[in-house]
Amino acid sequence: MIAELGLAALWLAAALAALQLVSGALGLTERGAVLGGAVRPVAVVQGGLALLAFACLIYVFSVTDLSVKLVALNSHSMKPLVFKIAGAWGNHEGSMLLWVTVMGLGGAFVALVEKRLPERTMLATLAGQAFVSLGFYAFLLFASNPFERLSPVPMEGNGLNPLLQDLGLAFHPPTLYLGYVGLSIAFSFAIGALVTREVGPAFAKAMRPWVLGAWIFLTVGITAGSYWAYYELGWGGWWFWDPVENASLMPWLAATALLHSCGVLAARNALRAWTIMLGVVAFSMSMIGTFLVRSGILTSVHAFAVDPQRGTFILALLAIYIGGALVLFGLRAATVTEGERFAFVSREGALVVNNVMLSAILGIVLFGTLYPLFAEAMGAKVSVGPPYFNPMSALFAVPMLVVLMVGPLLRWRRDKFGRVGRELVIPAMLIVAAGICVLVLGGVALLPWIGLALSVGLGWASLLPLKGRNLRRTPLPIWGMVVAHFGIAVALFGMSSESAFSVEKLVAVRMGEVTQVGPWGVKLDTVEPVAGPNWTAMEARLLVRYGIDGKVTRMLPQSRSFWAPPQQTSESALLTRWNGQLYAVLGGEAPKVDGEKQSRWQLRLWWKPFAPLIWIGGLLIALGGLLALVGRVAADVRRIVAKDKIAYRREKQGR
Amino acid sequence: MKRLIALVALALAAPVFAQEEQSTAPYAYRQLDDPAQETKAQDLMETLRCLQCQGQSIADSDAPIAGSMRSLVRERIKAGETPEQIRAWLIERYGDYVSYAPQLTGLTWPLFAVPGVLLLIAFLLLRRRFSAKGAGQ
Repeated sequence: MIAELGLAALWLAAALAALQLVSGALGLTERGAVLGGAVRPVAVVQGGLALLAFACLIYVFSVTDLSVKLVALNSHSMKPLVFKIAGAWGNHEGSMLLWVTVMGLGGAFVALVEKRLPERTMLATLAGQAFVSLGFYAFLLFASNPFERLSPVPMEGNGLNPLLQDLGLAFHPPTLYLGYVGLSIAFSFAIGALVTREVGPAFAKAMRPWVLGAWIFLTVGITAGSYWAYYELGWGGWWFWDPVENASLMPWLAATALLHSCGVLAARNALRAWTIMLGVVAFSMSMIGTFLVRSGILTSVHAFAVDPQRGTFILALLAIYIGGALVLFGLRAATVTEGERFAFVSREGALVVNNVMLSAILGIVLFGTLYPLFAEAMGAKVSVGPPYFNPMSALFAVPMLVVLMVGPLLRWRRDKFGRVGRELVIPAMLIVAAGICVLVLGGVALLPWIGLALSVGLGWASLLPLKGRNLRRTPLPIWGMVVAHFGIAVALFGMSSESAFSVEKLVAVRMGEVTQVGPWGVKLDTVEPVAGPNWTAMEARLLVRYGIDGKVTRMLPQSRSFWAPPQQTSESALLTRWNGQLYAVLGGEAPKVDGEKQSRWQLRLWWKPFAPLIWIGGLLIALGGLLALVGRVAADVRRIVAKDKIAYRREKQGR
Repeated sequence: MKRLIALVALALAAPVFAQEEQSTAPYAYRQLDDPAQETKAQDLMETLRCLQCQGQSIADSDAPIAGSMRSLVRERIKAGETPEQIRAWLIERYGDYVSYAPQLTGLTWPLFAVPGVLLLIAFLLLRRRFSAKGAGQ
């Protein structure tokens, strides 16, 4: 019953999306203008219906209604409630429903609050949003219905992949989806502005909060995903340049570029066509990412060819939306002039460098991710991994980070290096000093060396925009910029330090034996069985001590066996200190060498100096975005309130 | 290719317990005694693909085949082979797919051309944007 209700809500939402598209498009013409009034309410109701459908799906998952095929395939009655709920979006159909729900809610939110732009542009924007939604509704209803029933009803479900049964991962996909879909709003704004030819500062100011919001969610989502991979996979790696990771990184790169070009358009009315283009590219990257992850093409081109229905469907959607947007862009680009001009040494100039470099990194990641697929289609299998992505992206990232030190200090339109050169003496000296220090320590590869040296200088330089300002009166967006740029320095330092200074130790130890990893002494105390709601595990008690006279602390790594579905995972134990993280994993029991009575246990230990800074930096970047967003929105609200007050006073005086 | 399938099948059939493979792969979970050699082996392992997993290097995987390959890499490093020799040997056996570092071949040259092309585009974009106008203003 509930499942059918969900399906009905989904059909209704799809119908309303069609109505929203038609009335929005007709609303732009003279004869259909009266229909324009319907667009906003329809958008709101459409969002509500999508939410209702999603709530129904969560309900059938939380009560484990096994007559629904999706539940039977992906859930199990013996599972903690939170993972039953998370199971609703941990699969293809559910995640696509989450996608349209977030998209519908985004459209509804825009329809409710966005009143700054001319109504014609808003109609075009909402029609564009409905057009995109409609494709995904069709995809859900025709090719991946989440509410399909199953008969006969199975006794028990298949369960959820144990690796996904983790709180971090339960909330990772929704966060990323909020980001992906937030970019769809930027896309719709770009389409709307192209249709009505109103590309200017007002458009950029209206679009910016949405881009910022999406970008914050993407940043948090990527950071959380990286930390999840770090502690859950049990080998201490935090970024693998895996296609699934790249799928989330590409929209982030595009959104970062869009954010900065939006700033130029809002402040200086320059880079108009470029900003529109980035708006289209950013959401295109979201869709390409979804296509890569959801079509099964990643496992193998052949897997895709065997069951091509879904993949072909998404591919068609990609062709329609990206192709359509590019055609529209091509038709209208000539009428959108580039806008105001500026010199190379200026704030705009630095931001253009940022944009070009980010786009180039995006190009590298996109090409490196797709190339193995082309190669496989041509009959050869190749792998593209860290040895390719690291140096190739550094090629563009390093110059970008150097410009990042200077850019925020420059004035708009035209400036001279001489004016800001003095301030940069200290960061430059810091870079040289850090470079020499690391060189003296020795044994550090080129890229981590560059990263360590740069991060120190960048950390200092990123704080310079605050110099000479009254900190209490500094606008929030400035604080946001400083915090985000500082976060980049922090994350860069963490990444470089992790890859330069990590110490690894793989050992088989007896009970009571002590082993050394970096500055730590680790003693295996006991290994005992423990049980959870849907798993059993061997749990080791490690007593660890930093240096010779440190306090003794306990760590409890587990080796878990899940039974639905049967799979082994290692739960790593992490101990964080201010200067790094100790990472412990319990492996299996080592084979007994003859004559040995006591068994030995495999331990994998890592000492990773300053590794937590990677994710702290990521969160700082997101926090910077949040500060900027709050600052911008508060300023908008103040302006609206002030306007209302003036209007009210005028009215009163007029009487 | 046949060999690869046989190997994967064998690896899939084997139970996931570390102790089973220990006899055939002594260095799967054990480091080399010489730290310099171990660093070399580690750097190489991070650039080799675990053939059985999705998108993981053999240094990041619990899969039995990854363990066997780790052991193989360490044993060969210990025997004095250079990392590139081992990589070449593995590529000969399992194809280019096993190496995360793409080799420059007739098939992969676009990968190495793209950064150059992007650099050129970036340079041209920046030049077009700033050269003529800078003088004009």
